[in-house]
Amino acid sequence: MIAANYPALLVLSPLLAAFVNAALIWVDRRLCYPVTILGLAASALCAWKLLLQVLEEGAVSYWFGGWPPPMGIELYIDKLNILVLLVICVVSLVNIVASKRNIHAELGIKDATFYVIYLLFVTGILGVTATADLFNLYVLIEIASLASYGLLAMGNRDRAPWASLNYVFLGVIGASFYLLGVGYLYIMTGSLNMFDVHSLLPSIMGSSAIVVAFVFCLIGVWIKMALFPLHGWLPNAYAYAPVSASRIIAPLMTKVMIYVMIRLMLSVFGYQYVFEDLQLQSFVLILASVAILAGALLALAQQDLTKMLVYIIVCEVGYMVGGAWLGNANGMTGAILHIVNDALMTFALFLVLGNIAYVHKKTSFQDLRGIFGSMPWTMAGFVLAGVSIIGVPPTCGFFSKWYLIVGGIEAGAWIFVAALILSSLASAVLVFRVVEIAFFPAEDEEHGGHGHQEAVLNEAPLPMLGSLGLVGAGLIAVGVWSGFVVQKIIVPFVHQGMS
Amino acid sequence: MPDIVTEIIHKYNYWLYIILMMIGLYAMIAKNNLIKKLIGMNIFQTAIILFFISIGYKEDATIPIIVGGHGPEMSHQAIEAAQYMNPLPHVLMLTAIVVSVATLGVALALVIMVYQRYQTLEEDEIRMRVTQ
Repeated sequence: MIAANYPALLVLSPLLAAFVNAALIWVDRRLCYPVTILGLAASALCAWKLLLQVLEEGAVSYWFGGWPPPMGIELYIDKLNILVLLVICVVSLVNIVASKRNIHAELGIKDATFYVIYLLFVTGILGVTATADLFNLYVLIEIASLASYGLLAMGNRDRAPWASLNYVFLGVIGASFYLLGVGYLYIMTGSLNMFDVHSLLPSIMGSSAIVVAFVFCLIGVWIKMALFPLHGWLPNAYAYAPVSASRIIAPLMTKVMIYVMIRLMLSVFGYQYVFEDLQLQSFVLILASVAILAGALLALAQQDLTKMLVYIIVCEVGYMVGGAWLGNANGMTGAILHIVNDALMTFALFLVLGNIAYVHKKTSFQDLRGIFGSMPWTMAGFVLAGVSIIGVPPTCGFFSKWYLIVGGIEAGAWIFVAALILSSLASAVLVFRVVEIAFFPAEDEEHGGHGHQEAVLNEAPLPMLGSLGLVGAGLIAVGVWSGFVVQKIIVPFVHQGMS
Repeated sequence: MPDIVTEIIHKYNYWLYIILMMIGLYAMIAKNNLIKKLIGMNIFQTAIILFFISIGYKEDATIPIIVGGHGPEMSHQAIEAAQYMNPLPHVLMLTAIVVSVATLGVALALVIMVYQRYQTLEEDEIRMRVTQ
């Protein structure tokens, strides 16, 4: 009974927890935190069970109300989205464990409200990932976006509301373009189910309305994922948000939208149409290369750790878009693997940021001087995550970059390969610059004439360090096990999708 | 030339939605006042809602309810799809309207927060005060 309903429970348990929390605010605010943990843990358990089920029996299709798919609404979980679902569950659960003190420090009495909106955001992105219905996808994108507007606006009172408002304007344009694309698809096929649309499309492929539908959907998704020229909303929105909000939205929102793009490309429009009928590939590859280089350059220009990290996200979005558009199995494998890896790497970096923000309140480079002495474990986590961003072998970042570069060479996309290598160099510079600043103590101490002062150990609390350690171990574990993930999960999907 | 005119008249709903959408987009980009931007955003969303509604419309068709009630004597009567409008786009747009109302609500709340902080709704003045 329960086993058959895992896909629905996966999406609905955070939603239920949100409702319970909203009621509990009036009863006892202290109960909200355990309920939040419970809801997210239930989701994580469902995701784990579904992973086992998908590995054993193949894709799981869940029909709401027992109505069969073209008419009814379907949740469809296959080898592509189970990975993303699992990452969402793990990241949101670990983040809430790590964030309790951050939330208290930054939001005070509003913490219960934060939990409610947080759960709604998780519901939204889980739904986006699990659904097989194009219109539901739109509604769930908007649920996640609305929750993220709220979460991001809760931060710095001077800047966050305005930054969030600009995000609202661009987010609405993005979602509306996507909806418009779905409208054109609906006119042409009369269906909203992804797989039904896929089976109906081949007979009307020549129509220009389908091209318009694809381009509209693509532009909408690109705005939402902040691909380079459309990234304007991202830096301020993330930089001034409460750190516990930005560190779930930053790793997950952009990655989920990349998942949506890959889903649209492979499951709705199909490999044949996207790569052989449309002549967009070289254009998108140049766009992705520009995004990578621009993200890396903008990150180099920053003087603040938070801003540097948000521009690294802009850079990484270019990796995944480029990998997905290389049009060969290796590139697609790299892009999908990088969704998982980049979510974990970005999450680890933002956990470090959260620890520093909790202890020091400031994150500009001048305030980081000598931070190695006072926060050795946190900075060790930063080095590990940074090494992973650069792409050094035992960590997971190396493996997805490897697939991306091999795919780029196979496709002959030399600009993309060059951009990848240059941005890896840039991220090495970024990471070592921070490490250098953090390793040497503040200048005024050295000039003070008191010799070398022993730094006072001032670490973040244990739950925050523990979460960082867990994610750091995860970075290496995913790297070591990436062969298994690629062989068992990603490659079968890619081969099926690209045939 | 007359071809284009008949084409435009024949598909006037598409032209209308495109014009409305462009008005909304223009207001969002060019207007300086945050409330005017919000109005533009709402026009933009409404244009898409109108587009969906118009594709469900059919000349001389009626609402998708079988006239004459229900019951065993009705079940044998063939249902002519051509006589009825497609209800699905309308139902979808009910959801989209709810979404756009929610977005507008969140955006208005954010505008209030911005106004409380800067005592102005003009974007250039806010930008000036932010950089100070």
